[in-house]
Amino acid sequence: MKIFTKAYWLQWSSPKTFYPTAGKMIPWFMISGLILTIIGLYYSFFVAPTDYQQGESYRIMFIHVPAAWMSMWLYFVMCIYASIGLIWRTRLSDMMAGAIAPTGAIFTFIALWTGSLWGKPTWGTYWVWDARLTSELILLFLYFGFIALRAAIDDPQRAARASALLALVGVINLPIIYFSVKWWNTLHQGASISIDSAPTMAATMFTAMLLMTFAFWMYSIGIALMRVRNEILEKEKNASWVQELLRDGK
Amino acid sequence: MLESIELECVRGDRTLFTNLSFSVTAGDLLHVRGANGSGKTSLLRMLTGLMLPAEGQIQWNGENIRKLRDEYQQDMLYIGHLPGIKGDLTALENLRINSAFNGLEISEEEAWNALGQIGLKGREDLPARALSQGQGRRVALARMLVSKAKLWILDEPFVALDTRAVTMLQTVLAHHLSRQGMIVLTTHQDFSIPDVDERILDLGQAEL
Amino acid sequence: MIALLRWVIWRDMVLAMRRKSEVLTALLFFVIVVSLFPLGVGPEKNTLAIIAPGVLWVAALLASMLSLNRLFADDYHDGTLEQLVISSQPLAVIVFGKIMSHWFLTGLPLVLISPVLGMQLGLDSDSIVILLLTLLIGTPVLSLIGAVGAGLTLGVRGGGVLLSLLILPLYIPVLIFGSGAVESARTGLGVEAHFSILGAFLVAAMLLAPIGAAAALRISLD
Repeated sequence: MKIFTKAYWLQWSSPKTFYPTAGKMIPWFMISGLILTIIGLYYSFFVAPTDYQQGESYRIMFIHVPAAWMSMWLYFVMCIYASIGLIWRTRLSDMMAGAIAPTGAIFTFIALWTGSLWGKPTWGTYWVWDARLTSELILLFLYFGFIALRAAIDDPQRAARASALLALVGVINLPIIYFSVKWWNTLHQGASISIDSAPTMAATMFTAMLLMTFAFWMYSIGIALMRVRNEILEKEKNASWVQELLRDGK
Repeated sequence: MLESIELECVRGDRTLFTNLSFSVTAGDLLHVRGANGSGKTSLLRMLTGLMLPAEGQIQWNGENIRKLRDEYQQDMLYIGHLPGIKGDLTALENLRINSAFNGLEISEEEAWNALGQIGLKGREDLPARALSQGQGRRVALARMLVSKAKLWILDEPFVALDTRAVTMLQTVLAHHLSRQGMIVLTTHQDFSIPDVDERILDLGQAEL
Repeated sequence: MIALLRWVIWRDMVLAMRRKSEVLTALLFFVIVVSLFPLGVGPEKNTLAIIAPGVLWVAALLASMLSLNRLFADDYHDGTLEQLVISSQPLAVIVFGKIMSHWFLTGLPLVLISPVLGMQLGLDSDSIVILLLTLLIGTPVLSLIGAVGAGLTLGVRGGGVLLSLLILPLYIPVLIFGSGAVESARTGLGVEAHFSILGAFLVAAMLLAPIGAAAALRISLD
């Protein structure tokens, strides 16, 4: 079987093969992301029942929770790509790690933003030092650090390897940070209200949340592939296949 | 034997050299030449293991230097552009500490001798800051005299040296080669070592 | 290995002693930042005592971060770092030695002066002892974690600001348990849990951080 040979897998790690394939895949991810978003939003706003405690305002959860999940998942995926790049020195995985970071940061920001919008009607304040919100904020800092370090180093090889190492240090620390913040939060419980008091979930609510998560996921893959394609063009601008591509105007 | 196999060097998005293969055996002197920016220093840094080649590999006695690591580092002495000298330490301290970092503890007496031999007699106890540029270079070069490494990698060793020091350095290099040592160096200066046929590796003009 | 550690520590100590001003910078920074707080929030004793653990720990964090810039910078600029990286000796051990002497020169003075500042902020004597102990265990962790960041930002433009962005988030657990212990002591609660966790941080950081920092240096010199 062809797919069991090393050469078969290696060809996908070459930018030249990857570029056109990614180009064909992007519309599929983007369109399925869009369709899932439409269905997900329909479920979120029209199918899921009104919450007896929080009324309609809880519906922001259908953006907030999937965004928070994606922010963590993307950090994890980014670290996997970064470590593959660090160990096997494959350029493509370095590019993938770099391409995922901005999307991860955006989802982290969305999670924080919607969280604070949700907090206002629920707890009467835009920000509480809840363990999850605080950890999410720190996650945003970690994303910023990764992006900033990558941007600050001129040599692309060194930038990729340095930021990969940083991502690894971050991923080791993330559970420790989360655990510390949670501990800190229970210690200072008096002042804050925990997000754990979220409404008990109806089955339709859960469906809506899953739909939105998959929608975000598809979008993340699509946009990351688009960024990688741009980066490939920029880095390989002197390669003959890019020159041909540009000449053909595709 | 030092062997490099199909090395490629990429800096930023420029390929400095590609498919570079050569070998250095006992008693060889390899003179790496080329215009500024042709990748001489990069090549030397690759040979030391500081820099990873984009393609290809470097072998020491038939094994990849990345695998050998410590074993290879023990056999190798590198003196780069930057002298690696601490201005706040004396010449003597600098020499002893630099050797110690390479796993070679030398006695104070050995260090005195080496510094005297390289022409720093009477200045052994001065902070390196107080030495002239050429004298500072000599402190770095004194490491060659105490080193037990087989392979010397020298980036512009003749820079900032006066004629007497250049002559002396040539003697030191000749002595090392006669003991079946190996040398890879870059220089823009003329030098001659009697009874040694210097091999030349030309990296050519830098592409602009 | 012990001989190597001795050489590294000896060298960095001698270098620091011949250039004393740098040792004092972090210490003075710590003292000044802490002294600014009463001026900012008012001299009311109770308020000061409440914020004291946090203030002292945050100031220690910033002071340690500020001094980290210099951990590898000098060696990087004069070429010694190259020699260390290609030396036949284990780089992680060399790095560990450098971090130890760095902490000894910048962290330890800060720990020793903290009781005075604690008194200034109106902490009682029991809390001050706890403060001293948490800083004693916690500041080496800061130096160790920070070394990885210092290695990564070597020779990068805007390295100082970047360094703080990279490592301050990683300092958060130490901050939480360090100041938490002092806070618990102040309100008469137990502090054993805090200390065992801080101790665990120290052990983990001592094992992992030198390896991470060594990897960072290799990347930075490539």
